[in-house]
Amino acid sequence: MDKPIRVLVAKPGLDGHDRGAKVIARAFRDAGMEVIYTGLRQTPEQIVATAIQEDVEVVAMSILSGAHNHLFPKVVSMLKEKGADDMLVVGGGVIPDDDIPALKEAGVAEIFTPGTPTSQAIQFIKQNIKR
Amino acid sequence: MADKDNQDVISKAKRDWEEQRLEKLLSKRPERKDNFVTGSNAEVQRLYTPNDVEGLDYLEDLGFPGEYPYTRGVQPTMYRGRLWTMRQYAGFATAEESNKRYKYLLEQGQTGLSVAFDLPTQIGYDSDHPLSEGEVGKVGVAIDSLKDMEILFGGIPLDKVSTSMTINAPAAVLLAMYIAVAEKQGVTPDKLNGTIQNDILKEYIARGTYIFPTQPSMRLITDIFEYCAKQVPKWNTISISGYHIREAGSTASQEVAFTLADGIAYVQAAINAGLEVDEFAPRLSFFFNSHNDLLEEVAKFRAARRLWARIMKDRFNAKNPKSMMLRFHTQTGGSTLTAQQPDNNVVRVAVQTLAAVLGGTQSLHTNSRDEALALPSEESVRIALRTQQIVAYESGVAETVDPLAGSYYVEAMTDRIEKEASEYIAKIDELGGAPRAIDKGFIQKEIQDSAYRYQMEVESGERVVVGVNKFQIKEETPKGLLKVDPRVGEMQKAKLGELRKSRNNVKVSEALEGLKKAAGGDENLMPFILDAVREYATLGEVCGVLREVFGEYKQSVVL
Amino acid sequence: MSLQERLVSGDVRALARLMTYAENNDPEATRVIKGLYDKTGGAYVIGITGPPGAGKSTLTGKLTKALRDCGKTIGIIAVDPTSPFTGGAILGDRIRMQDLFTDPGVFIRSMGTRGHLGGLSRATQTAVRLLDIFGKDYIFIETVGVGQSEVDIVKTADTVVMVMMPGLGDDIQAIKAGIMEIGDVFAINKADLDGADRTKIEIEMMLDLNENKEWRPPISKVVAVDNFGIDDLLEKIQSHRDYLQSSGELASRRLRNTKQELVSLVSDRVMEFILKKSDKGFTVDDLVERIVSKDMDIYTAADEILSRIKE
Repeated sequence: MDKPIRVLVAKPGLDGHDRGAKVIARAFRDAGMEVIYTGLRQTPEQIVATAIQEDVEVVAMSILSGAHNHLFPKVVSMLKEKGADDMLVVGGGVIPDDDIPALKEAGVAEIFTPGTPTSQAIQFIKQNIKR
Repeated sequence: MADKDNQDVISKAKRDWEEQRLEKLLSKRPERKDNFVTGSNAEVQRLYTPNDVEGLDYLEDLGFPGEYPYTRGVQPTMYRGRLWTMRQYAGFATAEESNKRYKYLLEQGQTGLSVAFDLPTQIGYDSDHPLSEGEVGKVGVAIDSLKDMEILFGGIPLDKVSTSMTINAPAAVLLAMYIAVAEKQGVTPDKLNGTIQNDILKEYIARGTYIFPTQPSMRLITDIFEYCAKQVPKWNTISISGYHIREAGSTASQEVAFTLADGIAYVQAAINAGLEVDEFAPRLSFFFNSHNDLLEEVAKFRAARRLWARIMKDRFNAKNPKSMMLRFHTQTGGSTLTAQQPDNNVVRVAVQTLAAVLGGTQSLHTNSRDEALALPSEESVRIALRTQQIVAYESGVAETVDPLAGSYYVEAMTDRIEKEASEYIAKIDELGGAPRAIDKGFIQKEIQDSAYRYQMEVESGERVVVGVNKFQIKEETPKGLLKVDPRVGEMQKAKLGELRKSRNNVKVSEALEGLKKAAGGDENLMPFILDAVREYATLGEVCGVLREVFGEYKQSVVL
Repeated sequence: MSLQERLVSGDVRALARLMTYAENNDPEATRVIKGLYDKTGGAYVIGITGPPGAGKSTLTGKLTKALRDCGKTIGIIAVDPTSPFTGGAILGDRIRMQDLFTDPGVFIRSMGTRGHLGGLSRATQTAVRLLDIFGKDYIFIETVGVGQSEVDIVKTADTVVMVMMPGLGDDIQAIKAGIMEIGDVFAINKADLDGADRTKIEIEMMLDLNENKEWRPPISKVVAVDNFGIDDLLEKIQSHRDYLQSSGELASRRLRNTKQELVSLVSDRVMEFILKKSDKGFTVDDLVERIVSKDMDIYTAADEILSRIKE
């Protein structure tokens, strides 16, 4: 209770399917985390500014529109620019397996595809936060 | 269904059966679970008898197909007369690519077109808008101007096909473009057949592609109602959608409840705008989801039909029978598809197809097996279409009307869903109607609670999803997924640049200025939007003008 | 550069990290503040409180926007409840301030109450101080908004804005008791809805009961989503500020608040000390067990603890 993990759950891009983002936000809360949820249509700039002001340990993004190859790496590189590379960046959504290696290469720590239990994402975060 | 004496006899016989047979068996061999529930978590009893439908009055509650309250269907002969419209939602990349896919689908025996637009188009941004980056052509076709629309429908005679367009916030603009393309083909608006989704409330609730605040959005919708009633009389001016509400995680009853509550809000808005209910209500159509719990889904469709008929008759005093008929399109449940063992999805879709057909749908889109992974490939789309054709031609379920009527279970469930939905609608009335209930986050919260409960049931193993939490195998990465050419964005940008140079920009400005003035007043906006798109004003420009006047919607989130 | 230097030089990351320390009870936060204490007191602190659904976040966003247009810099602290069962929280107030995220003159921080009662989190005051040192002109604190015991805000803010909305009905009655003392300015949000006038009358009537006070809280009708009435509300906040200054009330309010904060800081530390102390062979938990088993009465146990502190 003394030091909960702070997570930003963000929906970058234009897609409005936030069922997954909302379910994971609740699951994170129920796992004892503080979840900052910012709503739909977030630009990488907004996500990065929020992550920094809120000093989160994890940035979790969800995209179902197929724009992940463009938006995930952009967020990672902007965080780096701002010196916030101690944040763990994870992604979820309809993301083809073929795209995953390049996303990891770009600095996304893990990609959770449809059917992943929320408990698995929670465990990954607990094991991999950087501070 | 049963008279009082008969009921008592049955009750007694049931008690005897329970005492003499059932208990003995249960003590030796208990059932698989303590509680049995539907796909939507409603309790399911072991056995249904006539006593479970004792309140049912055949003529009052079921009646005959094509007659009030339409429980058994909206046409007297249903699929014996004509099969449902097989309509696959498609569209990706550029207008050129999508045009090819449409022609392919028409050749394969599809009977109507269904256009998917990309997200920038759905949110009223041109392909060269900064927010469009990475999104152009991804989940549908990119349409920036009339030029793209001309290409999209090139070689497809618009007086011969019916076209459904999944477009909401900027529906007026896309409809105007469609009318303008038809004009160029020499087809007058009164010959046009099709549907625009045009359902902004469910965008606020579940789908997220909104632009304007509630009031001006409702005005655009009623402007379309009014314009089409006179100019495009065969057009379905709205498709009031439960599909996305269900995808967001609602139960079957919630899907019916919130969809019909939205419907009530549209009807009320149109009446408030001075329209006669029987003038526009016959053109209202609906759009539902079809999930895996076959019998519950059938009951849901039947309950929705009955409840809507009663609402239109009792609440709005509709006189025209067509105003009371709930005609609907169905899409199989996207959220039921699994990324694991994707071929299993073919079977899920088949069950869902049966549910839609046994529930009396007017048209159907079947999802492709690979949609939890990417946009569907051509082969997957063909299997999905074949699934419909097998149900239509081989299964026999299309040969009689409403074949499951009279099943104690199905009728009891139809009653239950109607009752639960009515209770929700009463609650929403209390909150001041659907728009207010959305503003308060009430509807969203109810859906999220259901979604979260479902997820936790899957994670605990209480609810089995084959291939996901049971019967898993090690799998190879699937091959042959459709990839949208990443250069689509650049191509669209280039086309736009050229367009902005070649069109008559003075006329574009004039038309946009006219639209802006009208938007500030209370004239019907459709003619102004038509003027602008005819001059090749872009979608982003038209919506931009409206954004200036109307402002933008701010999401209401309650977690 | 040290965190202290980075904070003074306007490094947002440092500000954010220090707030994390404050929330986690890491002494680094207070250590930095100690060195910069003379830089505090420059910011004007506005509390935004009121029942759930009244539109506090939207209103805070709009007030911020208006002040930004006058060139002021803003800090916002938005507090949401922490679940007592899991220790987790959903912090969603930001959603209604999306257009402020990338404005370099605005810093928004969401906080969970983490078990603290009274409508704020324990770190709120420290966070305010950090924003103050950072150089923000105005600091908004948005309370949890459960409507009942939001008393902490009075101890932290210079002006408290009580946000109401039409149609609260019984809710107004429920929070009535606390309202008189808390609200310096009233805002009736969503004033375009039916019943706004009635709400205004109800508030006026309650204020009439307290006529003898020097400052009568003014009432502003706003429609935050449409940006209507925001300037009027800002003016009323400003006039409260003017009153506080001219009447000397600002100084005495800050004096009172400082005293309260000092007392509660000390009492927190004493509690911490007591709960940790386990010498002489027993802890507080041991005492509790003895009380429950009637081995000792609760008053003697309290005396026992106090006598140990005195040592």
